[in-house]
Amino acid sequence: MITDTAPQSSPAPDDDFLGGDTGKLGDRVFHGLSLGAAALILATLAAVATFLFKEGLPTFTGDKSELDNTESFVSYVGPLVFGTIYISALALLIATPIAIAVALYISHYSPKKLSHTLGYFIDILAAIPSVVYGIWGIGVLAPILSRSLYPWLDDHAGFLPFFGSDVNVSTSGRTMLTVAIVLAVMILPIITAISREVFLQTPRLHEEASLALGATRWEVIRQAVLPYGRSGVISGAMLGLGRALGETMAVAIILSPADGYFWNVITNSNSNTIAANIALQFPESSGLEVNRLIATGLVLFIITFGVNAIARKIANAGFSGADG
Amino acid sequence: MTLAAEHQPESDTESPTNDNDRITSGSLAGRGMFAIVGASFVIGALSWLPSGSINWARWVIVTLLVYVAGTYAVARIVESPRQATDRLATAIVTSAFALVLLPLISVVWTVVDKGSNRFDWQFYSETMRGVVGEGGGAYHGIVGTLIITGLTTLFAVPFGLFTAIYLVEYGGNGRFARAVTGLVDVMTGIPSIVAGLFAYALFVLIDGPGHRSGLAGAIALTLLMTPVVVRASEEMLRLVPNELREASYALGVPKWKTIAKIVLPTAIAGILTGVVLAIARVIGETAPLLVTAGLAQGTNWNPLDGRMTTLPVYTYQAYKFPTLPPSASIDRAWAAALTLVIIVAVLFTTARILSSILKPQGLK
Repeated sequence: MITDTAPQSSPAPDDDFLGGDTGKLGDRVFHGLSLGAAALILATLAAVATFLFKEGLPTFTGDKSELDNTESFVSYVGPLVFGTIYISALALLIATPIAIAVALYISHYSPKKLSHTLGYFIDILAAIPSVVYGIWGIGVLAPILSRSLYPWLDDHAGFLPFFGSDVNVSTSGRTMLTVAIVLAVMILPIITAISREVFLQTPRLHEEASLALGATRWEVIRQAVLPYGRSGVISGAMLGLGRALGETMAVAIILSPADGYFWNVITNSNSNTIAANIALQFPESSGLEVNRLIATGLVLFIITFGVNAIARKIANAGFSGADG
Repeated sequence: MTLAAEHQPESDTESPTNDNDRITSGSLAGRGMFAIVGASFVIGALSWLPSGSINWARWVIVTLLVYVAGTYAVARIVESPRQATDRLATAIVTSAFALVLLPLISVVWTVVDKGSNRFDWQFYSETMRGVVGEGGGAYHGIVGTLIITGLTTLFAVPFGLFTAIYLVEYGGNGRFARAVTGLVDVMTGIPSIVAGLFAYALFVLIDGPGHRSGLAGAIALTLLMTPVVVRASEEMLRLVPNELREASYALGVPKWKTIAKIVLPTAIAGILTGVVLAIARVIGETAPLLVTAGLAQGTNWNPLDGRMTTLPVYTYQAYKFPTLPPSASIDRAWAAALTLVIIVAVLFTTARILSSILKPQGLK
């Protein structure tokens, strides 16, 4: 910074506000504190990786007889990884189109005076605790879906492997599809918030150029707003995916889990997710079981880390072609 | 010829005859749209007929579907295909927004409706110690939530704020500052259950396996809250105009006093808002507390030792593993959920009020 040398070059007046020559000591303390905090971030993350690794490692080296099922770690974590990714991808598939539409509504369709308040409503959706979504999902949404949507899907879309009719449709509604819908509601505000921001940043001139060519409002959006916001929308979606991958309580409360890989999303046999499995098993686990759960947590950390890294990369690479 | 009619490619088919002189002829403005929306509502209401009972969700969904399809069909006939596509996009976007309000209204309505069964003084003044069946309360959960969230705020706010000060005021564009920025991003992405496992693993080293305490819960939540505080404060500090800093330096004020007396007070509204929103986020966290603080039946005032119940964990436990009779347990769960939602709503409103009353006069 240009001004870094200013304090030294000035004489120390005896004004109370300047505090005599405590300036130098104060500067050192303040600099030290803020540098320490920044360094602590680094140390904390190093500690997270180290401790998870250290506590997870005995899974591979320890005495397997402590476990009630002695299958290998890969065959234990495999269905969980599948369930985590499958359910999150479903949630993302449901949430993204709706989130883009809602973001467009707030940024380009709603009355200008209202758009701030509408954004506030969407933010409240993001602030509702996940445990509340969980009990709402199992207490309200699951019964409705199992009464209306699932029998219909079974009758009319049974030829698809996702709704195949070879197994019984869940009557409790505690299925992967219900979980995916609840997760979609939870990640929608994240995707909406980021998309809304980039849509609002579309250069005014791009939109006006399009309007001047006689474009309708939708054509303006297709020609100017969406191309400009594309990378922002994608990175928002990836952040939402990261949130869905790590979501624990809604899944743990709603899903009725089984062990294995299941494509059908409306039956009673559902692949569990890593996070929900930890929450369900941890309170009753001891010894090597705990180590195994921590190792699965490490796997989850690596997956979300990868997804978030991709999201940042897309966000940073964005806007290059459209800047103007 | 009118303006709108000129846009029609072949106006011989649907050319308006009697109101040629009106500029809106051949377009679907005002009354036409109103009629479509009204008709959609009526058709939506007719969808009750087969089942014979009022079904709000079906009403809304049928209305929206008819609205979208009807708008496109009518616009296609009356206006041009391009206008029809535009109207279709408007209809879809508007319907999507209405659709999203459904779960929000449903969640809030359900929580208020079912939570009010046990929204009484007993719920807020008694614990679950020795309670079998009906009665009991969540006093211990509220105490636990306040202690753990308080500790978390105590840790995360200075930690996050000083990191933000480093990034904005000291780090510049240096290598270390960029590394820290990247790591804060990584931290933002840590799944909450993983943060809980980390805190557990940390305390296992200190105290041995099976450790449960409020402090471990606070450490886990600190991991989740700090990056949110860093992001919010960093953004606010960067908004402070550089002229203010330079004016202060020109008067001979040391850098730390410039930060403490000029920069921070200017940004305080935004920072406080960010902190309150961060608290609102962590106060509803369940998973990390389930593995670190656990569940107790009575009040535990000591965060250093023993299990400590929090409201989210209480809600989860009472709903997922109800004691007999289940209805009493589930009522308690909904009451705890209502309490949580009220706390979050109060924090949200506080953040809004803070940001409006503390906004410095010079800015904006």
